[in-house]
Amino acid sequence: MCLAIPGKVLDTFDRKGIRMGRVQFGGVVREACLQAVPEAEVGSFVLVHVGFALAVVDEEEAARTYALFEEMGQLAELDAPQPGDRPPPGDGEP
Amino acid sequence: MKYVDEYRDGGVAERILEEIRRTVTQPWVVMEVCGGQTHSIMRYGIDRLLPPEIELVHGPGCPVCVTSLEMIDKAHAIASRPEVIFCSFGDMLRVPGSHGDLLSLKARGADVRVVYAPLDCLRIARENPDREVVFFGIGFETTAPANALAVRQAKAEGVANFSMLVSHVLVPPAITAILQSAGNRVQAFLGPGHVCAVMGFSEYEPIAAAYGVPVVVTGFEPVDLLQGVLLAVRQLEAGRHEVENQYSRILGREGNPGARQLIFDVFEIADRNWRGVGRIPKSGYRLRWEYRDHDAERRFEVESIHTEEPAACISGQILKGIKKPVDCPEFGAACTPQSPLGATMVSAEGACAAYYAYGRHLEPRVQIARRTAAG
Repeated sequence: MCLAIPGKVLDTFDRKGIRMGRVQFGGVVREACLQAVPEAEVGSFVLVHVGFALAVVDEEEAARTYALFEEMGQLAELDAPQPGDRPPPGDGEP
Repeated sequence: MKYVDEYRDGGVAERILEEIRRTVTQPWVVMEVCGGQTHSIMRYGIDRLLPPEIELVHGPGCPVCVTSLEMIDKAHAIASRPEVIFCSFGDMLRVPGSHGDLLSLKARGADVRVVYAPLDCLRIARENPDREVVFFGIGFETTAPANALAVRQAKAEGVANFSMLVSHVLVPPAITAILQSAGNRVQAFLGPGHVCAVMGFSEYEPIAAAYGVPVVVTGFEPVDLLQGVLLAVRQLEAGRHEVENQYSRILGREGNPGARQLIFDVFEIADRNWRGVGRIPKSGYRLRWEYRDHDAERRFEVESIHTEEPAACISGQILKGIKKPVDCPEFGAACTPQSPLGATMVSAEGACAAYYAYGRHLEPRVQIARRTAAG
C-alpha cells in the first residue's frame, strides 16, 4: 500500500486553506491534496498516495506506472468511497 | 499501451540480465524492502530470471503486515465503542487481532468505514458532530504526509471530534535492525522508491557506510527491479557500498521537502513494535505533544492494552530475510490469505501472500529450494 498512483490533474481549488485538485486515474476521478506539489498545474501528472500528491511526473512515466499497477491489481484503493464523491467543486464548496 | 513497451521490453530486460550474468562471480543475497516490489517480483517471476548466484529475500515493507497485534487490539477496543466511527484503509480491515478483525466487528454492528484518504475523515467528523471519528493512521513514510495533514487541519479548524490512532513505521531503522540481527544474510538492499519520493535518500548513506551494504533506490517496473539488482551486484562485486538512485526519473536525494515538513510539524520519532519482529527503537512516528488532543490512544485510554505476539509463525524471520515463505510448513496449508496465521500473509503485499497469489505454494518444495536460473 506504499504505492503512489499516477493521475492527471483536472482542476485545482482551495479548500479551507489547503490546495486541492481533482485527479483522474484511468476512469476514476478522486480529490487529492496538492499542497506538497506547488509546481503541479491543470494538466500535470502527479503521483498520488492516499489522496496526497507526492511528486510530479511526466505523462510517459504516468502511463507506464498506471499500466503496471493495473496489471498487478494494485488499484483497489481507488474503489474506496470518498465523501467528496459529488459533482465538481465550485458551487457550494467552501 | 504506447508507453509501456520500453519498460516491459523483453529485449531490454534480457540485456540487463546478460549484464548481471556477466558481472556476478559469487553468491549474493539482496533484499527488496518494499512490499510493492515484492509483489512485482512475484508477478513477473524476476527471482527466477536472475542467475542462481543472486538470491532475492523480501523485506519488511508492508505496513499492514507489520502493524503490531497490540495496535490492532487497540483499534478493536476503540471501534467497539458505540459513539465511534472508526475509519481505516481497506487493507487493515481483515488483519486478525486477538479478538478477530475489524471486518467482523463491522458485521456485528460497529461503525467501521473504509476511506480513501485521511483527509476524508475530517469531512465525516464535520458531518457527524455528535460522534467520535477515529482514523487508523498506519503506514511508512509514504503515508505520513497525508496523515499529518489530516491532524494538522483538524487542529487548525477545531474539529474536536477527530482523532488518530497512530501506528507509523520507518524504513531506515528497520533495515538497520535487520543488519544487526543474528543470522543476518542481507548484503545489499533495493531501497523503496515511493518512500524515498518523500524522504529522499540521504538517511540511507550512514547505514550504507556503517554496515558496508549497497543501497539502490529502485522503482517497481520489472526493468527497474532488474536495473536495481544490476547496480547492487556491480557494487558488491567491486567491494563498494554506496547509495545509488535507480529511480532518478521520480526522485532526487532530497525527496519532497514540503511533504517532509508537514510530517515533522505533526509527528516526532518514537519506538514502535513491529508485528513478527518486536520492538525497534526510534522506528516510527507518534503525534507531537501539541497535537495530543487528537491522539486516539489518549482519548480512549487504550494505552494500557498490551498484547504478546504468538510465536507460531516464522514471519519475523521472513521479514528479516532469514527465511522465505516456502520454508514454512504451514505456508499454503494451515496458513492462507483466507485464514492467515501471521504478519506476512495478512496483506496482499506481504511476502507470503505474494508467493501464494502467484502459485508458489503449489510447487514442489525441493525444486524451489534448489532454485533454477531459467524462468
